[in-house]
This record gives sequence, structure tokens and C-alpha cells, in this order.
Amino acid sequence: MLRGGRVVDATGERGGDVLVEGDRIVEVGDGLRGDRELDAGGCVVAPGLVDLHVHLREPGMEEAETIETGARAAALGGFTAVVAMPNTTPPHDDPAVVGAVLAKGARASCEVHAAGAITKGREGTELAPMGELHALGVRIFTDDGACVDAAGVMRAALEYAASLPDAVVAQHAEDSTLAAGGHMHEGEWSSRLGIPGRPAAAEDTIVARDCILAALTGTRVHFLHLSSAGAIEQVRAAKARGLPVTAEAAPHHFTLTDESCASFDPAFKVHPPLRGPADVAAVKAGLADGTIDAIATDHAPHPTEAKERPFEEAPPGMLGLETALALTLEELVEPGVLDLPTALARLSWGPAAIAGLVDHGAPIAAGSTANLCVFDPDARWTVVPDALASRARNTPYAGRELRGRVRHTILRGEPVVLDGCATR
Amino acid sequence: MKHLLSIDDLGREGVDELCELAESFLEVTQRDIPKVPALRGKTVACVFYEDSTRTRLSFETAAKRLSADTMSFSVGSSSVAKGESLRDTVQTIEAMGIDAMVVRHRAAGAPNRVAGWIEASVVNAGDGRHEHPTQALLDTFTLRRHRGPSLDGARIAIVGDIRHSRVARSSTKAFAALGAKVTLVAPPTMLPESLAGWPAAVSCDLDAVLPEVDVVYLLRIQHERQDATLFPSLREYTTRFGLTVERAARLRDDVLVMHAGPMNRGVEIDPEVAEAPRSVITEQVANGVAVRMAVLYSLLGSGAPVA
Amino acid sequence: MPDAARAGQHDKPAAAPGGGLSMSGSGRELELRTSVFSADDLRRAHTRIAHEIVERNQGAEDLVLVGLYTRGVAIARRLASAIESFEGVDVPVGALDVAFYRDDIGLRPVQPLGTTEVPVDVGDRTVVLVDDVLFTGRTVRAALDALTELGRPRAVQLAVLVDRGHRELPIRADFVGKNLPTKLAEDVRVRLADVDGGDDGIELWGPAAGAGSAGAGRDGSYPERGASA
Repeated sequence: MLRGGRVVDATGERGGDVLVEGDRIVEVGDGLRGDRELDAGGCVVAPGLVDLHVHLREPGMEEAETIETGARAAALGGFTAVVAMPNTTPPHDDPAVVGAVLAKGARASCEVHAAGAITKGREGTELAPMGELHALGVRIFTDDGACVDAAGVMRAALEYAASLPDAVVAQHAEDSTLAAGGHMHEGEWSSRLGIPGRPAAAEDTIVARDCILAALTGTRVHFLHLSSAGAIEQVRAAKARGLPVTAEAAPHHFTLTDESCASFDPAFKVHPPLRGPADVAAVKAGLADGTIDAIATDHAPHPTEAKERPFEEAPPGMLGLETALALTLEELVEPGVLDLPTALARLSWGPAAIAGLVDHGAPIAAGSTANLCVFDPDARWTVVPDALASRARNTPYAGRELRGRVRHTILRGEPVVLDGCATR
Repeated sequence: MKHLLSIDDLGREGVDELCELAESFLEVTQRDIPKVPALRGKTVACVFYEDSTRTRLSFETAAKRLSADTMSFSVGSSSVAKGESLRDTVQTIEAMGIDAMVVRHRAAGAPNRVAGWIEASVVNAGDGRHEHPTQALLDTFTLRRHRGPSLDGARIAIVGDIRHSRVARSSTKAFAALGAKVTLVAPPTMLPESLAGWPAAVSCDLDAVLPEVDVVYLLRIQHERQDATLFPSLREYTTRFGLTVERAARLRDDVLVMHAGPMNRGVEIDPEVAEAPRSVITEQVANGVAVRMAVLYSLLGSGAPVA
Repeated sequence: MPDAARAGQHDKPAAAPGGGLSMSGSGRELELRTSVFSADDLRRAHTRIAHEIVERNQGAEDLVLVGLYTRGVAIARRLASAIESFEGVDVPVGALDVAFYRDDIGLRPVQPLGTTEVPVDVGDRTVVLVDDVLFTGRTVRAALDALTELGRPRAVQLAVLVDRGHRELPIRADFVGKNLPTKLAEDVRVRLADVDGGDDGIELWGPAAGAGSAGAGRDGSYPERGASA
């Protein structure tokens, strides 16, 4: 039983204790009693967070992360469900691989879902067996890491996915021919640093194109990690026209700009890249008005050695699971860009809806599955890379002081994080 | 001054002081015994991930003329164990006991990262498209010897593949720091995407710019880039942007012609123009050793120009 | 950094208290103690030294005067001028920068003071090194090394205006304007019109003594000195 917290969910805010039995919430109210009491005083009790976009690296790059360590990091970040991206080795274009990932994930500290590849090998030419993957429970299809450059292939994928109930085709929007050879945002800073750039146009053109394809085919299109003001504006217009498009943004795209790359430290290297202040403002505005439906971390662990190369030679990507909530609270809620319920919508029930996860993000009431995130919005902590649960250390926030920390995470009624420590 | 990674590290004062210092070293290089014991006992390691015999020899010579010991590592494929990270490599080299490391790398910012990993002083000998500060210094030194210590008001045109040129960036900063007015001349595909950090004007019309300049600085057009769709053909480049005999004839007599080398004779510069008296190209090379001696001396001899 | 400070630094004894850039080496304020040479004294000293050089070398042929930057160069020129006037021989004058031969590179910032220019081959000539003040001897040691790089002189001699003692190396001057025993904390300040402007003069400055005595040596012909040269 969670005592003394402030319950916040899609229906509103209220004080109260939450009583859990088995994997269900049985009662929410005041003065409840339970066999085992967890202190939630001073905390917010929210539905478990859902991350639509994580790289768990297993199979193929286990030195950076495994399903087990990644899920643990997720749980410590308050996430009760994550969607694992398909760019593993071998990739999620084969039911055997996806089956293995889901099996591993069944024992993990959070619910692990798998996204399926759109094309074979994520090469962008032939469709992957989306039907077989769908049968295993896959609902989100993406070649993430790679963009489906050929409009013809994207159209075919959207048309085919229309026959798979609840399927969503998610795009890593960066036209390869425009972005090729680039390692950071093309703009003032790439020019100062002499690093080839990836122009915002690479993102904007694909988003524009895929909105049109969504209109053409009627299939749901989800845009991964939007970073460009132009792209966000397209999505806003598309939604205004009633098109079936959704979008997500990563915390690094509303907290960091391309100026961070001035140190040449590849901790700040990511695709799509950190962009300028106007783009950061657009991401915040997009999250505020709902153009961007979800905050998704794009958690991308890399071995330390890989990030110790020169900027242009290092792989892109940053950790995100353990810092997302605090960054959202600090950079969006505290300055008033979002109120807390909206922030939680973007972190929990918003992404849950896109992924079709009914057990997550649901209102905290009797009968709902007990997937909960209990966090102290005032707890201060410093990001120490070596202290992170992730196997990797590549966070751009090393040394940063944050406010907001998860105290307990409840997964199907079981505390997987207790007083800030993982139990599994 | 601990490292020389960028012309930004120096500012006008720093550039001036290094050029002054280089005068003394130029005199040393012209003696029968061109050597001074100033850096005796110091070790300078050249770690070149990108091949460049000329620059490496220039640094080695500079170090030797200062009586320092030198080590050279050309990291192509063999000398570095496969998969050995840049960090491991430079830390291993440092463990052999070095005072300064001269780093050339095809990736921008590599020397900056190296500076964070080792105790020794780091000199950037060219990093990707970012900077090549010692080249800019020797260019500036050469110009000063012709025009006097201040470049105030000097009009300099830099012509060529600016966007991909670290020499262009460093030299633009150095010339502008001394008061020159720099104009970058290139087809649009070879101009920087943004002028942030480039204290210069731009033009796509060489013929319009030439009558108004005091110095023409040519960049090498790299054959290797032909497939990068930057310009249709070498012939078209030469026609529009090459310093042909005919264009050179239109320059005032006192206009200097410079080139960062190595030259593509017949592409960006006509061979005849390269040999003409107004061309100071061979001087640039000779001055390179003196300038690099000044840099090494400043870093290791504790003759710090500007902090 | 004023030339006076830089020139004097190399000669600073190893044990100089404070050991830094200040003129006294101790960081304390200095005041004028006594005038060592007035402008007239200096003129006579130059003349005498010039004669001694010619006398010692039995003539002025095969001589070259090499001054050490900065004031040594001016002194060398004056000596050459004097020699020309009474001997009728035009003795070549060179300028030597010793920065790169100093033994304290790496201990403190060392910058060249000028470009070495010796217009003749020193081989088979007698080189007279010329400097203003001889102190620890380290500058002269560096000058000898620098000279060796230029060739092999038949002989090297040393001419200085003031020898203030405190040698740390086995170096001695052949021609001396004045032997002046000093304390380490004291400072010998040389002013030459063609280098520093104003009148020629050499003064001895020392730490403030509290109640200064009337004989502390204010000579009416000197301008009031400020706290630093």
C-alpha cells in the first residue's frame, strides 16, 4: 500500500493512499491500511511511465546494455513499460529474434515490448514480415536508426500495415541523402567547429512527405524523436487537418542545444542532432499544445571506448531512462511550460495510447493494473555516470544537479524499485 | 599557453607575439649551424593520423633545431593496434615520456579531446575541417614580412574550397585578428554553410574581387572531392575561379599571391603565376619551420605570449 | 615587461629572495642609494674602456664588438665610435640575443630581446662581448654558447660598465668601467639616452632604509625616479 502520496492521473489530482492486491489496485482513499506499507509522503503517485523508444542493445551489443540492465534503468526512471527498438544485431525483422527479446523481457524490471522492423535488415528496400511480428504482439514498426528514404517503400509499408489492427508505422525522419556525412546540426555551430552538418531540412522533408502518405493511406504514422521546428509545425498542421499522425520528442531535444558540441565531446552527438534554441523552444511548445504526444528517451547506450573517439568517429546516442523524469520536471513543469498532469500525460498515458498498452497509464482507481510510478518531485540528486544502473556511461548530463527522483516503481503490483533501489 | 588548438587561443596579441618570436628563429634557421639548445631534453611526439610528410617534417625539423628529441607516429593502419582508441594510443605514447604532442587527424576536435586526456602540451597540426593554426601563423608571418606588422586595412581574397578547408578557417581568423579585410571566394557549394565564426565577406565572382585586393590566397582543389558534386569539372573550376595567367595580369604589381600547398598547377593556379615574383609560395614553406619553432618554444620554453 | 627587468633577470642569483620579476628580487620597494656614474662619468668610462681594448689587443684590427641585447648593443656602438675617433679604425659591431641559450628556460618566461645580427664572420677574430652589468655571469655563459654557434673566434674578451659581484660561474670581465660591490637586494639601474631616453646614468637602488640619510645620494642632475623603471 502506498501511503500519503498525491495521486495524479488522467482524471485529475487528489490526495490519498493506494491499496494494491496482487496485480491490481483495489482502493484509493484516505486512511487505508495494508499489510505492507510503502511511504509515499511528499511524493506524486502516478501511473507508470511508458517509454516508446529505447535501445536495449540485446542481442548484439551487450557490452553496452542488456535487456536486464536496461529494464532496471527504466524502472529506476519510473518506467513500467518500454518499447525496444529493432536495430539490434540481428535486427527485429525476424520473429525468432523478437520472440527471444520478449522472452528475456518477461523476467525484467519493467514490461519490455518490441518494435518490429519495417524492412528486412532495416535496409529500406524489402518489407519485413510485419504480419508475423504483429502476431507476436508487435504494434509499432520502425527502422529506427535508419530512415525509410524511398517514398515508394514507405507507402507500401503503410498500405500493408493498414491490414494489421492497431499497427503504427514509426519513422526516424532524416533523409539520408541530405544528412549523409553530417555529425551535428547544420548551422552556426557546425560552421564554427568545422564539423559536417545534418540540416533540419533532412527531418522536415521526410515529415512533410510522410504526413502526405498518412493522408494517402490512412495508416497511423508516428514520428520518432522530433527535433526541428519546421517538422513540428508540419505535424501541427497535419493534426489540424485530422491526419492520423503522432509524434514524440526526447528530453535532450528540449534541454540541450548544438552549442554543447563546442567541446567536441561526442557525449552530445545524437541523430537527429541537438539543434538551435529556436528548435528547442518549438519542442517545448509542441509538448505544451499536444502537437507532440509523448516524451520518449531514445535511450542509446554505448561502450565508453566508443564515445572516447573524436566527435566525427563516435556513434550517436545518449542515455536517457534515468534522467527523463527529472529533466521533464525541471525544464518543463517548473518553468510552467507544462503543468504536472500534462507532463505525466506525455510520459505515461500519452505514449501508452500510441503503443496500445491498456495496462499502463490508466487512471489510478480500483480495478486498474497496478503499474505505478511514485516520485518525489523535490528530491535533489546529482547525475553520477558510474552510479547509473545502465551498463553504459554516456550521459550528457554528467555532474548535473537535478530535482525529482523516483522513490518506488510498482510493476503489476510488485515493487521493482523500493526507496530508490532496484529490487530485481 | 599550454596548447595551440585554434587561432582563437591566441587573439591578435598572441598572433603578433608568435610572429615576432618567429623572426628570431628565422635568423637561427639561416645560420650555418641552425640550432639552439633552447628545448634540450624535451621530447616532441608527432602523432599523425592523416598523412602529411610536409607538415610532419616541418614540425620535426623545428623541434630538432631547438635541440628537442622527436618521435613520429604515422597512424595509418599498422602502427596502431586495430580497435585501439585514440585515447589509449595517445596515453601510451605519453607514457614514454613526452613534453608535447603534435596531432593531425581527419576528425575535427581530435586534438581538443587529446588535450583532455594527456598532461603534455598539444599542438593542432590540422583536424578535419576545423583548424590548422600553424599554417595560418606561417601565412601571417609571411605577409607581415612583406607588409609590416599590422595588416590593418589589407584586403585579402581566399579562393577555393573554403567549406572543407581548415586552412581557410584558421587563416581567416588570423588575418582578421591583425586587421585585414578578408573575402572568401568560391562557388556556393564551397562556401561555409553559415558565416558564424568566419570574420569575412563572401563572393562568388573572382573577377569582381580581384581588382580590389592586396593579397590572393589560393586553396588547393582536391581531386578526391570531384565526386562530391561540388562543382561540375576541374576545367569549369579553373575557368571561373582559377588564377590564370590572364587574371594574374590584371592584378596590381604589388599584389601578393599565396598558396597553402601542395599546388595543383593548372587547376587553381597557373604554373607561370606560381613562379612569378609576386608569388611568395616558397617563402611560406621556408617560414614554416621558424614559425613552428616559435610555437614549440612558446609551449615548452615557457616563453608564454598571451595566456 | 620593461626591458630593464627582462635584461636583469637572467643574471639574478639563484638564491635571490622572491626570485620573481620584481627589480629588487625581494618585492620590496627600492629607493635610490647612490649615483654610480653620472653622464660625464659614463662618457669617460667608455673612452677609457675603448683605449684599454685597443691597448690590450695591440691595435683595432681583427676586432669585432658584439653587444648583448639590449643595452650592451648601444654600449658596443659607443665603444666602436670612440675607437674610430682615436684609432681611425672602423670596428664592426654585432648584436647578440642569448635567450635561446639561457639555462633558465622552463623556469621562467624567456623571450628574445632582439634578432642576432653579427655582420662579419667571427672566425679568427677577437670578439669583445659587451654588456652593461656583470652579475652572476649566467648571461655571459649563454653568450659564449651563442657565439660558438656563429663560428670559432680566435679569442673572446668581455667588457662591462659595472661589475657588481656575486658571480655564480667562473666568469670574469677583461674591461670594467667600475667595480661596485653590492648587496643581493640592491639593484643597479643603467640608463642610456639612446635606449631609455633622458640622460645617461647608472644608479644603485636599495631597499627603503626607513629614515633615509642625507647622504643617500640624491644627485641634483637626475630626475626624480618613480617606483619602477
